[in-house]
Amino acid sequence: MIEIKNISKSFSGRNVLNDISFTFQTGKTNMIIGESGSGKTTLLKCMVGLNEINEGQILYDGRSFTELDFKHKKEIRKEIGMLFQGGALFDSKTVEENVVFPLSMFTDMSESEKRDRANFCLQRVNLLNANNLFPSEISGGMKKRVAIARAIAVQPKYLFCDEPNSGLDPKTSIVIDNLIKEITEEYNITTIVITHDMNSVIEIGDRIMFIYKGNKHWEGTKEEILKTSNQEVCDFVYATKFMKDLKTKF
Amino acid sequence: MKIFYHFGRYFMLIKRAFGKPEKISIYISRIFEEMNLLGIGSLGIVAIISVFMGAVITIQSAFNFESPLIPLYAVGVAVRDSMILEFSPAIVSLILAGKVGSSIASEIGTMRVSEQIDALEIMGINSAGYLVFPKIVASVLFNPILVVFSMFLGILGGYIFGMMAGVVTDYEYIYGITYQFRPYNVMYALIKSIVFAFIIASVPAYHGYYTSGGALEVGRSSTKGVVYSSVLILAFDLILTQLLLA
Ligand SMILES: Nc1ncnc2c1ncn2[C@@H]1O[C@H](COP(=O)(O)OP(=O)(O)OP(=O)(O)O)[C@@H](O)[C@H]1O
Ligand SMILES: [Mg+2]
Repeated sequence: MIEIKNISKSFSGRNVLNDISFTFQTGKTNMIIGESGSGKTTLLKCMVGLNEINEGQILYDGRSFTELDFKHKKEIRKEIGMLFQGGALFDSKTVEENVVFPLSMFTDMSESEKRDRANFCLQRVNLLNANNLFPSEISGGMKKRVAIARAIAVQPKYLFCDEPNSGLDPKTSIVIDNLIKEITEEYNITTIVITHDMNSVIEIGDRIMFIYKGNKHWEGTKEEILKTSNQEVCDFVYATKFMKDLKTKF
Repeated sequence: MKIFYHFGRYFMLIKRAFGKPEKISIYISRIFEEMNLLGIGSLGIVAIISVFMGAVITIQSAFNFESPLIPLYAVGVAVRDSMILEFSPAIVSLILAGKVGSSIASEIGTMRVSEQIDALEIMGINSAGYLVFPKIVASVLFNPILVVFSMFLGILGGYIFGMMAGVVTDYEYIYGITYQFRPYNVMYALIKSIVFAFIIASVPAYHGYYTSGGALEVGRSSTKGVVYSSVLILAFDLILTQLLLA
């Protein structure tokens, strides 16, 4: 369980996050949704300490992240798997080496064990026969999937995904969504997924936080989000014709 | 005041780079990787400039020493001393600051702007240690080797081209390069080369590490890394010469 309490963040005087509190539950897929530029990525980066917060508290299963020193923050970070919005693959390493890397760093597995684990993870993201290619040689969607494989390689306790299925085709999107949900439940992970995609929300969202202009504007379940009367949430949820049609049907 | 800010941040980075490694074996293989990249990869350019410099110094000094009062073996002495004292340690380091420095700054800078450094940090890896430390160690270990290599080739180049141009004789040149040879000068050159090696690796790494923005800023960091490390090399050249030779 990760609790955030009254988080505020500004960049050179410009407020980007205002007083956000939320509890991300273990074994559940927690979703952060909101318009582009609303502060979703910033919130996630604040939670892992890549951005300093101005105010607030972050608790990882009761451990106050903000108060820890560099060394103890590192211990918590080892339990985090993170997918960056841009993938952030190491471009001097091949696909397989990228996935193997965290294993080499933090486990005592033998070469063949590491390779097996990497292949297992790559297989789960539907990526076969790309092991020896470099990031510059694969497509955007493939990079995303390698990044997911790398994030889950060390079996994290906390999994953060910044737009895991942007740039993927609908079929692969569903595979990735289901993978995230599956491992979340299987290993009892605290998962946070940032997305714009209402399909993903309906598919896998357990708890949903809607961020609007840096504020937590709404929270609830996927059943509730379809019925809410909150204007901004409705504008977001029913932005597409497909969703509008769906609403009139019910 | 800005200079203090940079100094402080630079020393913080170096301190973090020398922190406890997550896994020794990975750091050791990283050092070999960097030695191959930064050291072996520079052998060619060092060889070319050293041979040519040795040749040019030989021909120039033979031209200048055309007085009957100066013995011809002075050419050998001039080549030896200018290679060992200044050319091999300082000029070679300046050239490496350009070649190696720009590649270090742009590599680390690119990793910064494409969030690869953030990815390392999130995994719980000390990114400064993982990226910067092996570069500094590789540079400090390999630069003295490059410098000795350069001394040797410079003196050899002087010999070959001097003979070809017919400005010195076999006997005089060899007599010259051994005449009143002071091994301490080589020590002095090696001490300089170690200090310069630290600058060549750490200053561009600093500029790369604190890049923010995009591809444009990576280019800027790379330029800054080269300029600042070159200026520092010249400054330390003066300081060390004063300390060690005066
Ligand atoms: N390093 C930074 N310096 C200054 N401003 C920043 C920085 N990072 C983000 N911002 C600002 O914070 C705001 C929120 O950005 P953020 O990346 O969190 O949006 P987002 O919700 O993730 O959007 P998207 O869905 O497009 O990824 C933006 O207005 C952005 O300009
Ligand atoms: Mg974002």
